[in-house]
Amino acid sequence: MNSVAAIWLTIELASITTLILLLAGTPLAWWLARGGGALRSSIEALVAMPLILPPSVLGFYLLLAFAPQSALGSLWQHVTGTRLAFSFSALVIGSVIYSLPFVVQPLQAAFRQLPEGLLEAAATLGAGPTDRWLSVVLPCCGHSFLAAASLGFAHTVGEFGVVLMIGGNIPGETQVLSIALYDHVEALEYGLAHRLAAGLMAFSFVTLLLLYRRGNRGLGRLSA
Amino acid sequence: MTASADTNAGLFSRIKLRRSAEFRLDIQCRFPQRGTTAIHGPSGCGKTTLLYCLAGLLAGDGDTCIRFGGQTWQDRRVFVAPHQRNIGFAFQDARLFPHLSVAGNLAYARRRARNSSGPSQGQVGDWLQLQDLLTRYPHQLSRGQQQRVAIGRALLSSPDILFLDEPLANLDLSSRREIMTHLQRLQGETDIPILYVSHNLEEVAKLADWLLVMEDGSILAEGPLQQLSAELSLAVAQEEQAAAILSAEFDALEPEYGLTRLSLEGQPLYIPGLKASAASVALRLRIPARDVSLCLSAPQDSSILNILAVTVEEIEAGGASRLLLKLRLGEQFLLARLTRKSVVKLGLQVGSRAYAQIKSVALLE
Repeated sequence: MNSVAAIWLTIELASITTLILLLAGTPLAWWLARGGGALRSSIEALVAMPLILPPSVLGFYLLLAFAPQSALGSLWQHVTGTRLAFSFSALVIGSVIYSLPFVVQPLQAAFRQLPEGLLEAAATLGAGPTDRWLSVVLPCCGHSFLAAASLGFAHTVGEFGVVLMIGGNIPGETQVLSIALYDHVEALEYGLAHRLAAGLMAFSFVTLLLLYRRGNRGLGRLSA
Repeated sequence: MTASADTNAGLFSRIKLRRSAEFRLDIQCRFPQRGTTAIHGPSGCGKTTLLYCLAGLLAGDGDTCIRFGGQTWQDRRVFVAPHQRNIGFAFQDARLFPHLSVAGNLAYARRRARNSSGPSQGQVGDWLQLQDLLTRYPHQLSRGQQQRVAIGRALLSSPDILFLDEPLANLDLSSRREIMTHLQRLQGETDIPILYVSHNLEEVAKLADWLLVMEDGSILAEGPLQQLSAELSLAVAQEEQAAAILSAEFDALEPEYGLTRLSLEGQPLYIPGLKASAASVALRLRIPARDVSLCLSAPQDSSILNILAVTVEEIEAGGASRLLLKLRLGEQFLLARLTRKSVVKLGLQVGSRAYAQIKSVALLE
């Protein structure tokens, strides 16, 4: 039963994280790809940091930030009446930061490749900014949105270090798949560990397989 | 023929724009309200930049003022975004939406049309022969087909003015000819004013009524095409393809020879083929300067059919081996490119009377 709860919690965490990342990452990626200004390189570097930092570093600083005596932690406690550290909300915040580059970077690349000329053409045909976004950018970058969402979701599912640092191991609240797997191994329950590990392997493979197959098809269509 | 009569309406622009240390656009002009205005000049002279400013895809510097009809599109306080200017724009590189079929691209424009007065999808499809392409996607089209769709798409947004930016560049000769024919058809079917950017004189001669010659970001000359094409000082006349544009009237058919006789300032001029037309319709002709030679007396034994009495109006100055001559023919002008040696040998001067032998005439309509 432990495993089922962990699986559901993981799916819930990954879904919420992906949704937030798509909503917040899209304008960020657009700004990074098309906007500019002095801040761009710094923001780009910050976004990419989780790619190279050991998750425990990120987790350590998030743990400090979420502590009840910290500014963020006490504000959270004041507003919501609950503790932030070792909560599901803390996991969501951590996951959003941790998976940010996996969503922003594919979108940024797609936005950068989208020819400006198509948007200019749409404008001369009478399409305003929102209209251009919905009628040209979204359909032309559709594959990249799918890729960004899949990568964000899958990466959140596979997260371990950050969760361990800021979530602890509370069943039903913060005990996600990778932690449950760790528990099983610690308890020498290799059979249960295998079920989770093999499941994660299969999930990752299928996700990437579907993504690449679609990508290759899309590539063929666009380059023709 | 030209729209010089109503210069108070139409498109007025005063555009200043510094794009780099070397290039600056500085232009003031009023475009005719009707017909086709060709913007001609060497590449890099700012033709496309001018169109982009007019369309609002680029904003001119502070002094810029663009007005169209009753609206101000740009001045010190106002800048109307491109999607709020009622324009149609066909880009040199077509820019069809890759995720939409041809029908989808056309419908995209139709759905966003600012008014319902424009041509219907059926009409546009008919003029540009798009019916067979409707279900295809842009990557399945040839460049020429893409360009036709792009022009059709621009028309379907019901524009008040149509900008065509070198729509025939990058196309092979046969697609060029084909689209040119479609464009001529279009000119006959709609009365939307067209700004046509091109560095190709043949296209300009066929399509334009009014000509704007640009060089280094400014206007070198503007005026009716026929008048400007015979200005020796302009680059238009200096190019290898320099040609005079003249208008003639239909006179009679000579079916036994398969020729059509026209009347050019009262003198007969033959063109191949049988092209009957009403006598009152002005037919536009293009006579390349290199196909005109001169004799001092009327040749009696020449195989050349078209021999016109002319007066030398102007001789290009300079010591080049070949000179351009402007020849008066009633109210119109011919151009001839002769060697300087011939000019000296015949003693040609301004005011000399001569006979122009014309090797080729092209009917433009």
